[in-house]
Amino acid sequence: MSVAPKIRMVDVHKSFGAKRVLDGVTVDIGAGESFVIIGGSGSGKSVTIKCVLGLLRPDSGSIEIDGQETTQLHGYDRDTLMRKFGMLFQGGALFDSLKVWENVAFGLIQGRHVDRRGARDRAYETLAQVGLGSDVAMLWPSELSGGMQKRVALARAIAARPEIIFFDEPTTGLDPIMADIINDLIVKCVKELGATAVSITHDMHSARKIGDRMAMIHGGKLIWVGRTADIDQSGNPYVEQFIHGRAEGPIKMQVRG
Amino acid sequence: MNFLAAIGRMFLAFLFHVGRLAMFAGVALSHCVRPPFFPRLIGRQFVEIGYFSLPVVGLTAIFTGMVLALQTSSGFASYVAESAVAKVVLLSMTRELGPVLAGLMVAGRIGAAMAAEIGTMRVTEQIDALTTLSTNPFKYLVTPRVIAAVVALPALVVIDDVIGVFGGFLVGVYNLGFNPAVYLHDTWESLRTLDVVSGLIKAAIFGFVIALMGCYNGYHSKGGAQGVGRATTNAVVSASILILTLDYVVTALFFR
Repeated sequence: MSVAPKIRMVDVHKSFGAKRVLDGVTVDIGAGESFVIIGGSGSGKSVTIKCVLGLLRPDSGSIEIDGQETTQLHGYDRDTLMRKFGMLFQGGALFDSLKVWENVAFGLIQGRHVDRRGARDRAYETLAQVGLGSDVAMLWPSELSGGMQKRVALARAIAARPEIIFFDEPTTGLDPIMADIINDLIVKCVKELGATAVSITHDMHSARKIGDRMAMIHGGKLIWVGRTADIDQSGNPYVEQFIHGRAEGPIKMQVRG
Repeated sequence: MNFLAAIGRMFLAFLFHVGRLAMFAGVALSHCVRPPFFPRLIGRQFVEIGYFSLPVVGLTAIFTGMVLALQTSSGFASYVAESAVAKVVLLSMTRELGPVLAGLMVAGRIGAAMAAEIGTMRVTEQIDALTTLSTNPFKYLVTPRVIAAVVALPALVVIDDVIGVFGGFLVGVYNLGFNPAVYLHDTWESLRTLDVVSGLIKAAIFGFVIALMGCYNGYHSKGGAQGVGRATTNAVVSASILILTLDYVVTALFFR
């Protein structure tokens, strides 16, 4: 391929103490693509994207963004790189000391030094994009329902028009209808921005809906990577077990009695 | 052998925490002199630490001053002249009890709040969210608190000193029957710059310790509600111990 991939991970390892979480993750993610990583709890999904984001430093291996090696970046270079990213956290991670619109405008005001009024207008626009009216903007995050918090968090993640957006379990904790609304919003927003999206989830319905390509992580390795349409014919017993949600199979969940 | 291993592990854990704390303090201090700054956040913290601590600290001070006057007159009356009461109250308040008691009260009030707030932000991924929004969590959370505490504590202690001396005056005049004019004169005569300044320097150091321990314990908390609870306890206990230890060190430096 002549164009460098948006994100390239080569043989990334990460351990916490004696526990190996990532054991050689290698993957290329193209620009404008929506990539979904599926896997069970504790399989290393979150750690993978936290390594790409720079919230965690991998023990070894390389992570390139737009062809630039990022694992050794510090200070100013790291801050500059961060501006390419947006992230939707699992629990929303909204700042509870700030109003809804201030949350959405945060990345603009602090990260990009947009003036408050301009940032406020952008925040209202972005809230409208995720289907929230201006009446919500002056509320505190704690006054919102779970689904609305997720929407605000989505608005915050996309407000600064990032090039790469990460979604950490976007549908966890939502009812099926709200989950589908969020899925639709993610697809719509990513398309409108033309951004690259990396999602992690264990919700297969959500994964099929938002992903162009999928990867399954197990035991710290990506054991299957392919197009979403091909996942039903993967021929991989691990993937088969996961997508059909069977208790019996090659994956042994650690269940303590 | 197990016993030795346990000692070794404890020692290593201790070194780990000391090293991590030193690095934390270094980074926090380096951000105090590197822009951008957040004046709004510093202001808000200053109001929280300085203004809203006034009732607690003032109450502590007035009763401390009153007790000092009472104890001095009843305990030492046979050894010293009655005029010494004013001097003892003033010296104790400005040199020792003003900064130390204000420090301990603020450690309980503010150190705990900082650890709980930052700890909750940590376990709900809000600190990670700050990073992804191109905002350095140290700059946004830690540095404003440290700056505000270092400035607010001496300001509190000035007021604290005045209220404490006033408490001594109340007891001296209304309970022990001293002449108010003479009492004030004795107080004024005993007032020395070094006593007050050393107390204010102590206060600034205590402010730094309180904010540092609150932020450090909150920042490194993990494991949900229980972890935040532990962080809060650790913040108050470690700040209180450090305040009393450093109090001795600074006193030794100034008055030997």
